[in-house]
Amino acid sequence: LASVSLITALAVHCVVLLTMTVFSGYFSHSTDFEVHRNWLAITHSLPVSKWYHENTSEWTLDYPPLFAWFEYSLSHVAQHFDKEMLVVQNLIYTSPATILFQRLSVIVTDIVFIYAVKECCRSVREEKGSKDLLGHPFFILAALLLWNFGLLIVDHIHFQYNGFLFGILLLSVARHLQGRHLEGALLFTVLLNLKHIYLYIAPAYGIFLLRSYCFTKDNTDGSVRWSSFSPVRLVALGSIVISVGALSFGPFIAMGQLPQVLSRLFPFKRGLCHAYWAPNVWALYNMVDKALSVLGVRLKLLDVAKLPKASMTGGLVQEFQHSILPSVSPSITLICTLLSIMPAVLSIWCRPRGARGFLRCLVVCALGSFMFGWHVHEKAILMAILPFSILAVESREDAGIFLMLTTTGHYSLFPLLFTAAELPIKVLLMLLFTLYSFTSLKKLFRGSLLNPLETTYLLGLVAVEILCEVVYPLSPWQHTLPFVPLLVTSVYCSLGVSYSFIRLYVSLLRQHGTDKHKQL
Amino acid sequence: MENWSLVSICVLFGLTARWAVSLNSYSGAGKPPMFGDYEAQRHWQEVTYNLPVHEWYFNTTDNNLNYWGLDYPPLTAYHSLLCAHVAKLINPDWVELHASRGHESYGHKLFMRATVLVADLLIYIPAVVLYSFYLSEGSNKKKVCTVLCILLYPGLILIDYGHFQYNSISLGLALWGVVVLGLGWDVLGSLAFVLSLNYKQMELYHSLPFFCYLLGKCFKQGLAGRGLFLLVKIAVTVLVTFALCWLPFLSDPGQILQVVHRLFPVGRGLFEDKVANTWCSLNVLIKIKTILSTDTQLYFSLTTTLLAILPSSIKLLMKPTLWQFKLALVNSSLAFFLFSFQVHEKSILLPALPVCLLLNDLPLPAIWFLQASTFSMLPLFLKDGLLVPYVVTSLAFLFFSIYLLSAFEHCSEDKLRLGPYRRLLICMPRMDLGRVTKWKFYFSITAMAGLSFMSVALAPPDQLPDLFPLLVSVFSYLHFLGLLLYFNIVQIAEPLQSVRKNQKKSN
Repeated sequence: LASVSLITALAVHCVVLLTMTVFSGYFSHSTDFEVHRNWLAITHSLPVSKWYHENTSEWTLDYPPLFAWFEYSLSHVAQHFDKEMLVVQNLIYTSPATILFQRLSVIVTDIVFIYAVKECCRSVREEKGSKDLLGHPFFILAALLLWNFGLLIVDHIHFQYNGFLFGILLLSVARHLQGRHLEGALLFTVLLNLKHIYLYIAPAYGIFLLRSYCFTKDNTDGSVRWSSFSPVRLVALGSIVISVGALSFGPFIAMGQLPQVLSRLFPFKRGLCHAYWAPNVWALYNMVDKALSVLGVRLKLLDVAKLPKASMTGGLVQEFQHSILPSVSPSITLICTLLSIMPAVLSIWCRPRGARGFLRCLVVCALGSFMFGWHVHEKAILMAILPFSILAVESREDAGIFLMLTTTGHYSLFPLLFTAAELPIKVLLMLLFTLYSFTSLKKLFRGSLLNPLETTYLLGLVAVEILCEVVYPLSPWQHTLPFVPLLVTSVYCSLGVSYSFIRLYVSLLRQHGTDKHKQL
Repeated sequence: MENWSLVSICVLFGLTARWAVSLNSYSGAGKPPMFGDYEAQRHWQEVTYNLPVHEWYFNTTDNNLNYWGLDYPPLTAYHSLLCAHVAKLINPDWVELHASRGHESYGHKLFMRATVLVADLLIYIPAVVLYSFYLSEGSNKKKVCTVLCILLYPGLILIDYGHFQYNSISLGLALWGVVVLGLGWDVLGSLAFVLSLNYKQMELYHSLPFFCYLLGKCFKQGLAGRGLFLLVKIAVTVLVTFALCWLPFLSDPGQILQVVHRLFPVGRGLFEDKVANTWCSLNVLIKIKTILSTDTQLYFSLTTTLLAILPSSIKLLMKPTLWQFKLALVNSSLAFFLFSFQVHEKSILLPALPVCLLLNDLPLPAIWFLQASTFSMLPLFLKDGLLVPYVVTSLAFLFFSIYLLSAFEHCSEDKLRLGPYRRLLICMPRMDLGRVTKWKFYFSITAMAGLSFMSVALAPPDQLPDLFPLLVSVFSYLHFLGLLLYFNIVQIAEPLQSVRKNQKKSN
């Protein structure tokens, strides 16, 4: 019975995906579309030694080597669709065959994601007695993951290979939940060598594996028993990490290109925030700075001429210059990120609560880096939302936080699709997912999951949407201050994301507290 | 989960599919000088907005009827006028007299698509939800599944949101008629149906069952007493509604005649293009168009149509129940489609609507018919550049309907009501008719897929340029003919006394 309904969910997903993908051929083509086409061309037509030196297009290869090999293998299929897309000089090349190939490649590689979801659903704790198929936690989890609004629009309308990458991440998480830690570690290492943004959650992996895998026993109070350290396990882990790393970076180290590769992977020349501010702490910081400067000018405490000019068009330019508050450097963001994830990581070191404690720590790491990271993209919120879905179907409190986080996080993705024709699609899909997640989780936990304040905040999103996409474009300010809707969106969403982050932290530390209490 | 949320999810899903299709091309996109149905609708907005009512249906210096002259009843014209007012607010260029001819732009396409979506959302979708919840049997989950399947019917989505028409209004109003009649409000039901008839004259395909159902009900209540009163009430409603719709044209008989003349263009011949009905299919063997004169064709088609709808109408008259009514709607509109004069391939949507209502009762035949009807419009979709949406919506519909309505589990001989075949064909060898049907279904779906693929991928031989459209229409015709027989047998075979109650008990 269980497998049947899971198959349904999967099949529905396939149909939805197919629909979305095929139709999305008609949507506007994003920059990411050209980015990946360019990478196909680079890996196909140039020798390995030139991959990280090529710069004909401004979208240079800035993913780790395994992803380059992934593109290389895709390019061998691509040449049967249209050879022209594999020419480096053909910038912004969008023949129908190219679009079809690119879209299909996302669908096909999504198989990894579907398999990972199946494995995650297997490891969910089942409640007994529930007869309704739609009410089973594993079914809800499958739907939450497969129909995830963010993943759907980022992958299939905007264009990226996140389904494939998150598939590997979720599979690795599922392996840890099933106690197959070496496999989990291998998968995560591969993932890191496909896209290095997952470095942000590496601390959770590192500490968890060290603490719960390399130490085989705990003391009775749950603290680490140093004598149970198993060197064999550490060597096994280390050899996995080193061999995958060597496979991926080895050739470039041999060619002496490591500094060049690393400079491509970590471009700190970009600004603190992306063109559209991701809804994190820095969006709030920028906003406060801007408010202070406007206030200062009004109160004649500041001289307009002395203010940096770019700050007045903020939101459109990459470099945002702070006028009152001190500027933020990459190292400061790094320190803030590390500080923000430190308590969570320490908590799983002192009191590991199995794979679920690790999963919670992973979500905190993802969200912490999203809140404080340097040049964060709004899409990075998915790194927290997707793994968090697993926790959301198992505990009432997490479900509440999940609803807050997904709804604000997903809404903050709206600016990715900005044409008028895409407006109904994104609104409908968002409503579809949000309605499903609210009603199914509410039914699962039998009762309301949000307090009135949270509900009001979420309803405020509707007001923000109407204001930004319907009312504002009709107003005269649209021409003089075109960046206001984006600014309002990111500031409003950053409140919700920050709130979810704090609540998540509270839940983690409270668990830590109760665990200690129990042992005493 | 509660019903309302499941229904909302289904409706949202249906809307998403609709909007996704509407991002595609429309009929006549970038094809001057005549363009297509999209330009026709825009042109009507231009005409109704700029010209006085009495010039709408006449050929004047400002209104060239040869260029997409208005040939639908007054409600369509009023609807165009309403849209034109909105268009004028957004961009006056869209409805400028003469100057806007052939206007095509990104903004205008969005506007036109949005008008379809709004109409659909206001009229068709609520009717579907009401129908499934109040008039179909089964658990709540089953009702939700019915909503989803009806909303995902590809034919209507592709014609309204791809090709471009407002069928969801006329079909939606007719469906409101069915729903309201089913709930027992006969006067309101006839009102809704008259409105739909005044939106598109093709709704005449449905008119006889409505007439027979109401008349049969009057008979049942006794023509001497309450039945007569009901009959008068309905007659007055129909006449008043008609009069209100035609009010601006009533002042002058010439106006009425001209409108009627525009609505029924007899001169256009027995059939156009390739349509999956009897005449076009027969034309492969016998060139009817050249053998018979236009008048003979007209009378000939009229006679055959009447003969084909007679049995189901009489049966409905004798037994005016909702179940009989739904079957009669299918039988009548399908007979009209197969035998009447001047049929368009898009008219298959008229039988498709009542077949949608049977999805819950006879899942497999209904799905089969609906898929065949979508397939029969393939040449049109290919002309409009709608291949990809056609494939995707068809696959989605087949998957959802077969899975959610568990079509294959409900195809025993008994469930499919195949009993009469045994009695009709006594000499038939003993075999499980349900299984035979299932295999025929598999075969037919495979053949449709194959023909679709061939139409797209293969070049027709030089001597037969129309080979694939013809194959498509003959193949679909065979389906329609077979299903017409089947639905007629299901309707006629039902005993006059209320056996259905017993059936319910045994279920």
